[in-house]
Amino acid sequence: MEFTWSKIPYALLTLFIVVNFGLLQTALIAKIAARVGRRHGIPIWQNYIDLIKNYSLRSHISHGVMYYLGPVFRLSGGVGLLLFVPSIYGSTMFSNLSFAGDLILALYFIFFGTLGMALGAAESGHPYSAIGVSRGLAQVTAAELPMAMAVFSVALQYHTLSVTDIVAAQQGGFQHWTLFTNPLAVAAAMLSFLGSMMRPPFDVVLAPQEIPIGPPTEYHSSYLALLQTNRAIFPIAKIVIYMNLFFGGATSWPVFFLKVFLIYMVSVLVGVVFPRFRVEQSIRWFLTWAVPIGILSILVV
Amino acid sequence: MKQELEKRLVKGPDGVEFEVEPLRDYYCEARPSVHAPAYGKIIEDLFNWARAESLWILGFGTGCGAIEMRPLMTPRFDAYRYGVQWRPTPRQSNLFIISGYLSVKTLKRVIRSYEQMQNPKYVVGLGSCTINGGMYWDSYNTIKRLDDYLPVDLYIAGCMPRPEALLAGFLELKKLIRAGKGEGANKYAQNFDWYKANQKKVIHDWDMPDYNW
Repeated sequence: MEFTWSKIPYALLTLFIVVNFGLLQTALIAKIAARVGRRHGIPIWQNYIDLIKNYSLRSHISHGVMYYLGPVFRLSGGVGLLLFVPSIYGSTMFSNLSFAGDLILALYFIFFGTLGMALGAAESGHPYSAIGVSRGLAQVTAAELPMAMAVFSVALQYHTLSVTDIVAAQQGGFQHWTLFTNPLAVAAAMLSFLGSMMRPPFDVVLAPQEIPIGPPTEYHSSYLALLQTNRAIFPIAKIVIYMNLFFGGATSWPVFFLKVFLIYMVSVLVGVVFPRFRVEQSIRWFLTWAVPIGILSILVV
Repeated sequence: MKQELEKRLVKGPDGVEFEVEPLRDYYCEARPSVHAPAYGKIIEDLFNWARAESLWILGFGTGCGAIEMRPLMTPRFDAYRYGVQWRPTPRQSNLFIISGYLSVKTLKRVIRSYEQMQNPKYVVGLGSCTINGGMYWDSYNTIKRLDDYLPVDLYIAGCMPRPEALLAGFLELKKLIRAGKGEGANKYAQNFDWYKANQKKVIHDWDMPDYNW
């Protein structure tokens, strides 16, 4: 796959679509949750207003260079993840900057934002940030293990490290999806997915009623707005990977929106049923339930 | 001055001794500065609209009025549909509701929290206690007029005002902000000495810097 300059504006167009979709989808899910509690809920465009408000605050305080770079790293983690993975299969416009070994790069980008945030939040000097960051790193590390194993399993199964090739191998009906050809890997990956969505039962990192509100405690105005933008992009970028690896990818934007929304709802549904885990509970849970399934999936392949 | 705030020598884990002066090292000493609206009218109008439609309240209950804010999150009143949210940290919130009587001890924390909020920020006085002391008018331990210590944008009168009154207050505050009248932070910076003198008049054990971001 050779590089052409036209890829860059197309990739930016993908980014634009995903940011807007992400902002609306988060609001929609908040609204659904509110309706479940018989509330009216936030307006669907509330996230845009919050973003403008935060960018328009007049004063900022910096705690140092790393504090400033934290949200930047976090955002580049989300954007990088999105840009190096094809979002629409078979479309030259929206295959973005994907290349032969992009699966490994994607794994790296998933972790990149968390590390950047850890450095930034640590420099803010707030004790709640430090607690949140140490919890977050421990939990994300445990949740990444089954994900990595599922990815290895899938890579072994299809003999490739290219996301495009993996999607290509799953075309021709839903019975070709990895979900049905390698259900163990998908199970391990979906358990890991729950751990990285910052929703209950794995939301002890932010823990709104306990350590208000974890790593971003000191972040405000445009720093916070950057984090909010990433909050819109990152889950979707991550879901795009899941969709491509396990659920047959998407061949058009409507299919893309539908699949992303449904995969996101998995974590929401689990979240409304189960209460919050403590860190050691969640790590133990990942190691006893998700990791063995991941190992098994590699062995089976 | 509390002992832990005094200048002292500390021995680090590597054996090196260094001097710690908490008031200097842990806080910023810079005075607040005035941040005037910097953009053209159209952009400032857009920003003011966004500020009005996205009120993030600092979750800080000072008196009995805090109990009137809780029902606003419930299905019956549901303030979220007006763009009102509660935030757990002063850094991220732009609306401070002084909910009821304010004892001198709490005033100290209120000042610190208020100063940590970012410009523009708004203060709403909830209940008669913030206007003239209310039923605590002769108490030795509560402040009587909130306006002497912080720039108040809006009062919601009553003892206690019901949640509906609070919702009506939010809508009033939105009108003020949209009209560009929510400049309390700049007022505080301009009259900084006057506010500080008033605060120090009632807080006798003043053991913090004059301004802490």
